[in-house]
Amino acid sequence: MRTDTTGRVVALHLAVIAVLVALLWILPDYHRGVMARVLVLSVFAMGYNLTFGYAGLLSLGHAMFFAAGLYGAGLAAYYPGWSVLPSFAFGIACGGVLALVVGFLALRTTGVAFMIVTMMFSQVFYLTTLYYTTWTRGEEGLVLGTDLRTVSLGAATLELWEPTTRYLVAVGLFSVVFLATMAIARAPFGRILIAIRENEERMRMLGYDVHRAKLKAMVLSGLFCAAAGAAYALLFGYVGSSFASIQYSILPLLWVLLGGAATTLGPLFGTVFMFYVVDVTSGYTSAWLLVVGVALILLVLFFPKGVFGTIRERWLKWLP
Amino acid sequence: MAAVSPLLVTRDLTRRFGGLTAVDHVDFELPAGEIRAIIGPNGAGKTTFVSLVCGRIQPSSGQILFDGADITGLPAHERVKRGIAYTFQITSIFPNLTVFDNVALSVQRRLIDKGGRMTARDLEAGVAEALARVHLTDRVDMTAGKLAYGHQRLLEVAMGLALKPRLLILDEPTQGLSDAEIDSFIALVREIAREATVLLIEHNMPVVMALADRITVMSNGAPLAEGTPAEIRANAEVQQAYLGSTADV
Repeated sequence: MRTDTTGRVVALHLAVIAVLVALLWILPDYHRGVMARVLVLSVFAMGYNLTFGYAGLLSLGHAMFFAAGLYGAGLAAYYPGWSVLPSFAFGIACGGVLALVVGFLALRTTGVAFMIVTMMFSQVFYLTTLYYTTWTRGEEGLVLGTDLRTVSLGAATLELWEPTTRYLVAVGLFSVVFLATMAIARAPFGRILIAIRENEERMRMLGYDVHRAKLKAMVLSGLFCAAAGAAYALLFGYVGSSFASIQYSILPLLWVLLGGAATTLGPLFGTVFMFYVVDVTSGYTSAWLLVVGVALILLVLFFPKGVFGTIRERWLKWLP
Repeated sequence: MAAVSPLLVTRDLTRRFGGLTAVDHVDFELPAGEIRAIIGPNGAGKTTFVSLVCGRIQPSSGQILFDGADITGLPAHERVKRGIAYTFQITSIFPNLTVFDNVALSVQRRLIDKGGRMTARDLEAGVAEALARVHLTDRVDMTAGKLAYGHQRLLEVAMGLALKPRLLILDEPTQGLSDAEIDSFIALVREIAREATVLLIEHNMPVVMALADRITVMSNGAPLAEGTPAEIRANAEVQQAYLGSTADV
């Protein structure tokens, strides 16, 4: 009979989380700060991976979902002065609603048209943040003071700007989305998404409402990306238009491709790798983009399905 | 009309592709429990006709009734839920997924529709049952694309079976199968027909003659004749339009 891999898979994912927690004591201050940022961005990548990797929807507009969370949480904290938790929840809700509306319209298209439509929506979002510069301060952005980033839970207070807390909160958010992705990938819904990617026509003739399943994936993806954006605003205190620009729609695509599309571990690996390649090389040379380019070419040559996609194909078939 | 209303009825069903009328005002009735074969020369409109029935393409005009209800406007996935399953003329499976996952997609569709919680055990049992019927049990963990061609055809049939359809449409199922595979396929369809109505498009005459309760002959988008295998064999018009043209095969 079929071997049950649940134990192995869960153990692996918990081990990854344990390593990330342990890094708190191992990493020097600087790298702890970098990793907190990378973990939040890899939540963004995991959200992107859900639609791009699993469901095969190549969106070029996911920056809008990240930015919806960023602005939803940031503006709610900055202007009406909402406290951290309602701001965070509001940011996530913004991303979910935006994904529902954009998904409903954009999913009427496929392939190249879908790429263009999502990109256009994202550009509209980006230009809107610039248009209302009096409120958003455009590229310059808003800075959330430390008082806006302090959670009080009864007697205890959680200072999100304090490095140790910030790192642990980032690990916490990462873990939730990481385990959720693992659960989705192994659930019937994950199988449906993968099958739609593989053979959409067949899925329709098996009685699946393909449009609806894709829309569900878009909304989930929007929620994950917005959670990353909202957390970014509240942990790092910066809310700026650059996060809504096209660059931030392309980056998660690169991270996911590098780490391995439709793998749970790929987005984390891809984000960490890209971040450090840029970080290290830009310290040595002004031609760091060249190094990044070469690194990408080598990876595509030797790991065409991304690092974890290739590992799964060659060795560990049970990786979700 | 007879006391028992037929499972599938089409009225005046028409589909045009530009200037070509692929399906031309077809009135068709299929009683429940029957194995019906549709035969006819290439381009007669057989695949277009069944594609209209299962909802892959929309008719230009006309009406389709399934179990007494008008399904003409329903999308394909809604028709599958009502019990119409279609297996593709050109093998259409999920080549990168395992055999298990291919069939599990059908089983989970059915279990979700039934409502309630779907357990992993129900899913495995459903997959095991469907695979056992097509004798692919020992290949459950293989990647579907690596199966031999004949086995891929059987996998596709298993995917249709796992939906527990009321009407199973098989579009040239024996194409590319060996003689031995065809024999076991005939036995399989007979077994399926105990629970489901079968609509079969087939070019292989021995298969048609062995399986069909009745045969509908199509030519130029419309039924030319309908009857038992013996009647069709004796029909001069049919011989002219179809059997005659393939007598040399």
